[in-house]
Amino acid sequence: MKFLSEYRDQKAAEQLAEAIRRKVTRPWTIMEICGGQTHTIVKSGLEELLPRTITLVHGPGCPVCVTPIALIDKAVAIALRPEVIFCSFGDMLRVPGSSKSLFDAKAEGADVRIVYSPLDALKLAQTNPDKQVVFFAVGFETTAPANAMAAWQADHDHVENFSLLVSHVLVPPAMDALLSSDHCVVQAFLAAGHVCTVMGFDEYLPIAEKYKVPIVVTGFEPLDILEGILMTASQLEEGRHEVENQYARAVRREGNRPAQKTIAEVFEVSPREWRGLGEIPASGFQLRGRFQKYDANRRFPFTGAPAHESPECISGLILQGIKKPHQCPAFAAKCTPENPLGAPMVSSEGACAAYYHYGRRQNDLVQPELSSPASR
Amino acid sequence: MADAKTTSFNLSCPVPRVADDRIVLAHGGGGRLTHQLIEKIFMPAFGNPALEQRHDGAVVSVNGSRLAFTTDSFVVRPLIFPGGNIGDLAVNGTVNDLAMCGARPLYLSAGFILEEGLAMDTLRTIVASMQKAAASAGVQLVTGDTKVVDKGKGDGIFINTSGIGVVEEIPCLAKSARHGAPQVVEERQKGMPHVSPVLRDVGMRTPISPASVQPGDAVIVSGDLGRHGIAILSVREGLEFESPILSDCANVWPAVEALLHAGIDIHCLRDLTRGGFATTLNEIAADRNVCIKLEEALIPVNEVVQGACEILGLDPLYVANEGRFAVFVPAAQVDAALSVLKKVEVSQGAVRVGRVEESPGRTVILQSRIGGNRVVDMLSGEQLPRIC
Repeated sequence: MKFLSEYRDQKAAEQLAEAIRRKVTRPWTIMEICGGQTHTIVKSGLEELLPRTITLVHGPGCPVCVTPIALIDKAVAIALRPEVIFCSFGDMLRVPGSSKSLFDAKAEGADVRIVYSPLDALKLAQTNPDKQVVFFAVGFETTAPANAMAAWQADHDHVENFSLLVSHVLVPPAMDALLSSDHCVVQAFLAAGHVCTVMGFDEYLPIAEKYKVPIVVTGFEPLDILEGILMTASQLEEGRHEVENQYARAVRREGNRPAQKTIAEVFEVSPREWRGLGEIPASGFQLRGRFQKYDANRRFPFTGAPAHESPECISGLILQGIKKPHQCPAFAAKCTPENPLGAPMVSSEGACAAYYHYGRRQNDLVQPELSSPASR
Repeated sequence: MADAKTTSFNLSCPVPRVADDRIVLAHGGGGRLTHQLIEKIFMPAFGNPALEQRHDGAVVSVNGSRLAFTTDSFVVRPLIFPGGNIGDLAVNGTVNDLAMCGARPLYLSAGFILEEGLAMDTLRTIVASMQKAAASAGVQLVTGDTKVVDKGKGDGIFINTSGIGVVEEIPCLAKSARHGAPQVVEERQKGMPHVSPVLRDVGMRTPISPASVQPGDAVIVSGDLGRHGIAILSVREGLEFESPILSDCANVWPAVEALLHAGIDIHCLRDLTRGGFATTLNEIAADRNVCIKLEEALIPVNEVVQGACEILGLDPLYVANEGRFAVFVPAAQVDAALSVLKKVEVSQGAVRVGRVEESPGRTVILQSRIGGNRVVDMLSGEQLPRIC
């Protein structure tokens, strides 16, 4: 298939893997930021092709995984209101809150619907004027333009019965937070290609400079990731720390300007709580100015009990790349996709779910040991 | 920039969610939750040798005849979709379940649950499709029932069909003759399709059942995967493709019959409906404690279906089919089986996609296009579209 098969070609993959083997002289730890990349790595068995000296750790770039539990509780409470049609992307529905998930709410009678675009939710609001339609606006910079457009369109068409429960997060502040931690093991990053399609990659230059880490904007097909690893490993071996673009067929340096303009019109940067990482300053979006009337937080004040957490899940360590999913004592025992203890076990992009579905019976193949913490 | 909270890892995690105090949609998804329901609720109540076969239908002996019996309920939305409607599905679904037992489908029942307000024209269209599908499969609809429920209590129409078929005693190639299979098969192709040909060298047929799957078997799939699920989804979600995807809904008995009459020693047949190919293979691997190894590059998926799956974040291995089946045959009979299948319209896209090995048991492994290996697991519930 055009634009797919050529990026899954076995011969080309072997050549890239050979180039990586020739390049690498010592252990390196590289983090792929995006859950979509984690999914590709595990689904294609890509780690089998790499030398044992390359360790991939799976970053926090899974929106399902980093949405705080308090917000899931809020979503469930809103969804259970009789006047509400609650719309969400599919994989948010199984994420456990303090006591229930959106799927549980649906089983109790809540009108919860899977949509593929926030504009579909807006359409629902227009065709159900007697209902309140709430869209769970989750995601990184990638989904921000469409979510911003939904608020903009609602404002333009004067749709009053529509609102957004916003949980938008941003990649660069999270990278900064990870790198500034004393426990950081990451020596280089594969940056998330689709985020950069929207935002460009200038904002990564200060991070590469400040922490002396190579950052390679990388795509999502197996060959993209192998090439991203080759470019990253080359920088590490040569002592460089630059921002490079592997995903040039989709990403321009300046990004998508009209999309950025729409985001800036509708959203403003705000502090955000990250599940597993805690609050990170200036790491998310909230609705700004005249768009705040579409904020579901304001429209449906939440009065439920505060979210409570169990200490068993080590999702925070996993999202920072300090532990691998199988190093969690609950992995595949108490924590499974049917009964997830934490969000990384839910989404197909979550590291734990990816390991559970694709790799748990092949530990020796896909779970190389972590190298010791990086010296930067 | 990181504050104390970030560096001290105050980790968050919810308490476990209890998923078994009420039915959720995923209990009907064909994945692990469906299996839990069967194992924990239905098996303890109804368990018996026929049910224990865990096959698409039960094969029972009555006065020396071996009869296959099966039932299925159909709750599809939209009722009419590209390539078919709930009526075709209700007939072909049950006919195919009988075919998977190696049984010639004979008689069907139909139970209709109609929702108040259903357009009579819609019902007429659906019934006409059922009649056409039944006639083309050579089955008769011999008994039925109708109920009407209040508006809002049904999705227009629900249909249940049950079916009876007969397992005919057709000899197969003797084990010693397997290597000569292609030549013998060619001879039989000339014979009348419904008449058992005279075999020069015959043997006892292995029962067609998951229990007959063994290491060394080849896995054949009868055509490309995922059409039905994507056809339904495209209507439900308003997705438009350059060339529309039609459901693969079809009666597969002609393909099974051709295999039987060619003397292929079929070890197991399974249709690839809810939960798709991956779920079927996981059930067999678990039942038989074997490993099923697949090669991704061999698995046929239509380009448009593949494209839709990429956009939606779905895996075609788990998408439902309504006219596809997997067949397990001895490795020595693969070429013979394929040449038979390719001559029948419903299975002309048949290909060998994998093999059965001894270990690791209870596992389905797929070699990816780039040469890595991964486990193909059973889904927990339904596939969920990804965020980005």
